[in-house]
Amino acid sequence: MIYLKLFLSFLQIGCFSFGGGYAAMPLIQEQVVTLNHWLTMNAFTDLVTIAEMTPGPIAVNAATFVGTQIAGTPGAVAATLGCILPSCIFVTLLAFIYTKYRNLSLLQGTLASLRPAVVAMIAKAGLTIIISAFFVNGLISFTRENVSVRMVLYFILAVVLLRKVKLNPILVMVLCGLLEVSYYTVTHVIHI
Amino acid sequence: MKETTVKERKPENQKHILTTLFFATLYLSTFTFGGGYVIVTLLKDKFVDHYHWIDEEEMLDLVAIAQSSPGAIAVNGAIVIGYKLCKIPGVLVSVLGAVIPPMVILSLVSVFYDAFRTNPYIAALLGGMKAGVGAVIASVVYDMGGNVVKTKDWVNIVIMLVSFCASYFFGMNVVLIIIAVAVFGLLRTVLEEKRRTKG
Repeated sequence: MIYLKLFLSFLQIGCFSFGGGYAAMPLIQEQVVTLNHWLTMNAFTDLVTIAEMTPGPIAVNAATFVGTQIAGTPGAVAATLGCILPSCIFVTLLAFIYTKYRNLSLLQGTLASLRPAVVAMIAKAGLTIIISAFFVNGLISFTRENVSVRMVLYFILAVVLLRKVKLNPILVMVLCGLLEVSYYTVTHVIHI
Repeated sequence: MKETTVKERKPENQKHILTTLFFATLYLSTFTFGGGYVIVTLLKDKFVDHYHWIDEEEMLDLVAIAQSSPGAIAVNGAIVIGYKLCKIPGVLVSVLGAVIPPMVILSLVSVFYDAFRTNPYIAALLGGMKAGVGAVIASVVYDMGGNVVKTKDWVNIVIMLVSFCASYFFGMNVVLIIIAVAVFGLLRTVLEEKRRTKG
């Protein structure tokens, strides 16, 4: 029963991938490549590339990709369900406890200390993305070839649009993408 | 900010919230390139700043729950918001909204993978969007970090700086940081309460 196998495999990935994103990758590799031989290592590397290029969490992307390859759309649904079920149960339970006991002073005090840490985690994620956008090789080194001036300009433009013009954030993101597409078209397609 | 619970809401109001929730998570999930924190940032923009259905402190608590639980942060983020706004129906609706876009996109991509991988326009679009994503997160962090600094609670400011360094420079696991800060916060609260009852 391939659907059940897909479901159970991704159930394990959903249960044990703490910290999101890259933390899930070795787990997915173990289940999909090493244990079940659903993908070759090459196909798995492709999967990681696709997951990075498309929206959505890597675990859900992997579940859909592997499920589709192995057992078509029903396979994709079975794998995705397995992958999100642990979250649904565990997180809902925590959210229930939080809304019920939110006003206890002990929980409130703990959460008050936790909030600045959450801001720091979001800042870290943002900085990582900014660095990979600004520096061609992904490392902070200020040589002429390594700093993408275009990306820095898009960033500044995006900040102005967000803070001064108060434009919708998704519109700002798509606009930056379209600017880069126009740049590519002008420099590579229309030879001037 | 006024506390709104499901009990206070009329059924048609809840239906409206569920519809909004579904389309918001569906729409945001379509554009969450670059990891779970992007969707968390966008959810905050929508439900805290735009609709005012959740206040900022509560949002940060919910994010802490989402990121310290197993599973994808984007899905967990959708679950906590869904639960907060409409309990179990909210969870179902927001998870569905968060999962449909990556499923549809990945199904299409796995069919047209070769063409997709080598298309320079798609690469340019995604490359440019990265700068925009960075700006969106930077803007939100500026607001939220500013609020922490404004309270002039030095312990909180130090927590923010230390957890940033632990995560960014020392690559410490997010779950470990959350647990360490939670234990510290618990001890701090217990000590403060003891001091208050003595004095």
